[in-house]
Amino acid sequence: MRFDIDRLKEIIDTLARNRSRTLLTGFGIFWGIFMLLLMLGAGDGLKTILNKNFEGFTSNAVIVGAAPTSKPYGGFKRDRQWEMDLSDIEAIKSLVQEADVVTPMYSDWRNEVSFGGRSYSANLKGLDYEYSKVETPEMLYGRWLNEVDCKQERKVCVLGKRVWENIFPDGSDPCGKYLKIKDMQYQIIGVDGRSSNISINGNSNEAVVTPAPLMDKLLQKGGKFEIMCFTVKEGGESKVLQDKVKSILARRHTIDPEDKHAIMVLDTKKLFSIVDNLFKGVNILVLLVGLGTLLAGAIGVSNIMMVTVKERTTEIGIRRAIGATPNMILSQIITESVGLTVISGMFGILVSVGLLGLVGKIVSANPEIGPVSFQIGFWTALGVLSLLAVLGILAGLAPAIRAMNIKPVDAMREE
Amino acid sequence: MLIELKDVNKTYQGAQPLHVLKGINLSIEKGEFVSIMGSSGSGKSTLLNILGILDNYDSGEYRIDGKLIWDLSETKAAEYRNKMIGFIFQSYNLIGFKTAVENVELPLFYQGVSRHKRHEMAMEYLDKLGLAQWAGHYPNEMSGGQKQRVAIARALITKPDIILADEPTGALDSRTSVEIMDLLKELNEKEKMTIIVVTHESGVANYTNKIIHIKDGVIGQIEENSRHDATAFGSENGMLK
Ligand SMILES: Nc1ncnc2c1ncn2[C@@H]1O[C@H](COP(=O)(O)OP(=O)(O)OP(=O)(O)O)[C@@H](O)[C@H]1O
Ligand SMILES: [Mg+2]
Repeated sequence: MRFDIDRLKEIIDTLARNRSRTLLTGFGIFWGIFMLLLMLGAGDGLKTILNKNFEGFTSNAVIVGAAPTSKPYGGFKRDRQWEMDLSDIEAIKSLVQEADVVTPMYSDWRNEVSFGGRSYSANLKGLDYEYSKVETPEMLYGRWLNEVDCKQERKVCVLGKRVWENIFPDGSDPCGKYLKIKDMQYQIIGVDGRSSNISINGNSNEAVVTPAPLMDKLLQKGGKFEIMCFTVKEGGESKVLQDKVKSILARRHTIDPEDKHAIMVLDTKKLFSIVDNLFKGVNILVLLVGLGTLLAGAIGVSNIMMVTVKERTTEIGIRRAIGATPNMILSQIITESVGLTVISGMFGILVSVGLLGLVGKIVSANPEIGPVSFQIGFWTALGVLSLLAVLGILAGLAPAIRAMNIKPVDAMREE
Repeated sequence: MLIELKDVNKTYQGAQPLHVLKGINLSIEKGEFVSIMGSSGSGKSTLLNILGILDNYDSGEYRIDGKLIWDLSETKAAEYRNKMIGFIFQSYNLIGFKTAVENVELPLFYQGVSRHKRHEMAMEYLDKLGLAQWAGHYPNEMSGGQKQRVAIARALITKPDIILADEPTGALDSRTSVEIMDLLKELNEKEKMTIIVVTHESGVANYTNKIIHIKDGVIGQIEENSRHDATAFGSENGMLK
């Protein structure tokens, strides 16, 4: 039998007949869906907030830093501060085939930078153009460093968001202007708006980025720096890369291979996977609890439908007597069950989507956090809807079979 | 022959099997208006249920218009009931949460007739029975006589071959009973409808043209009643009860 206005009217008629019971039964489903979606949405929102901390970082970056040694080795005392240099990069590039990008990070803390009478204490960072593969910039204006900037040691710079906000409080486009750093003029080529909370020698918000070779030269670093950044090649193992890099650096800088502190390693993949695993766990829990509640709701629907069918024995008998086939009765009861579950579930979806939207708005209004969506995805909603339909069918099955087996004579004798 | 029963037997299985119909032989022709009479428990309703394909029989033969009614699937039985038989019951058996017109429409709904057509026909039948202004009312807002007329409209709407009525006046007062029986009589005379009425009231039976007596599970006397004077204890002026 096709689904049309008649079927819909039949369902509404029967469901409207015992309003309070319909409402109570529907509430079980409503509550299950509501809880499930609310928890899923909240979980996603929290995950987004946590992941914001790592915004921009590729999930396969490895960052290695030089720290004071913790063991005496090869004639050196402990607590020796060592530095990496450009020849390390060449060595690693040729020896570690897992490494894709290998790039230095020069840093110089707390430098007064100024323009048009305004100044700000920023961190200078000397980076190579390839660094954009480690931490993806989000340009608000202009562009990031490119290969030519670095090769020709152009005096250009990219401002971090906070630096730009302080020096250009009107929010204007600073590109083309000249920023004064250490009595020298650097042309501004862009503003990087990222707000990651991972800070490698200072947050990128607070940084002014210049080409690495330029900084090396101007600050007379002599090719020495304290931080080196990698990305892992597709198919390469981050762990293998880390081990190889550590042993190369230890050998080249006479560090005890057992020294746990001299070479610091930050593996973004690990950070990401911690969050991922945490939320995988959360999601499994949410699904278990939510589906459990939903199942309880469906069992409620099934029970009530069973009672309803018993009560409607005479009515069903009459229908059979005047020409309803068993299949028509079966499909009627199942449609009622599906109708009840889907309609209650839709309310659950609506209310939870509304509430999640509200939570999202309130949280996003917090400038510390920024825009966060607590919303469930379209496909999740669609999936939940089909789940509801399936639950409705399952819940209606037993009552429907019972109704189908009602014989008109039995029904009419039961007055 | 529209209806033909040959040696039909029916036993209710139970703690104590009850042999209710013990070889019923009966023929009813198209256009007849007959009543089945008998004392309470004699098996009238059982017989009517078999005639209406609401129940099975154990042995014998039952044919409608030559078609053997035996071992039908539930679906086939439903289809036959829908197309060939209209039922009228003592307790009306209307669906309480549907209006009069929706109740009358229901058999057509199961035939897959379109909404519009269905409604139009139901209104036409309600009008015929003088109930047009009650179309939107629910059964509990109507009198017994009105409810029974709605039920009659529902029985008629599929233009069935046979109308089966089990104590159609059983729950009605005598004046309303007269109205209903007049209505059935008119249907038989004007529309040539075949009508079988089960009753234990001789006054009701007297309306019909043939009275079939059932006793101890077999057909007893069959009275021709074309002069409508068969009432054993009926009243002189044709009033019931
Ligand atoms: N489903 C059933 N199971 C067992 N016995 C039944 C069943 N239906 C009817 N009976 C018995 O069969 C006998 C005939 O019942 P039936 O309903 O046909 O009588 P009736 O002639 O219609 O009586 P009444 O005038 O009281 O309506 C009765 O003794 C009744 O108790
Ligand atoms: Mg009876």
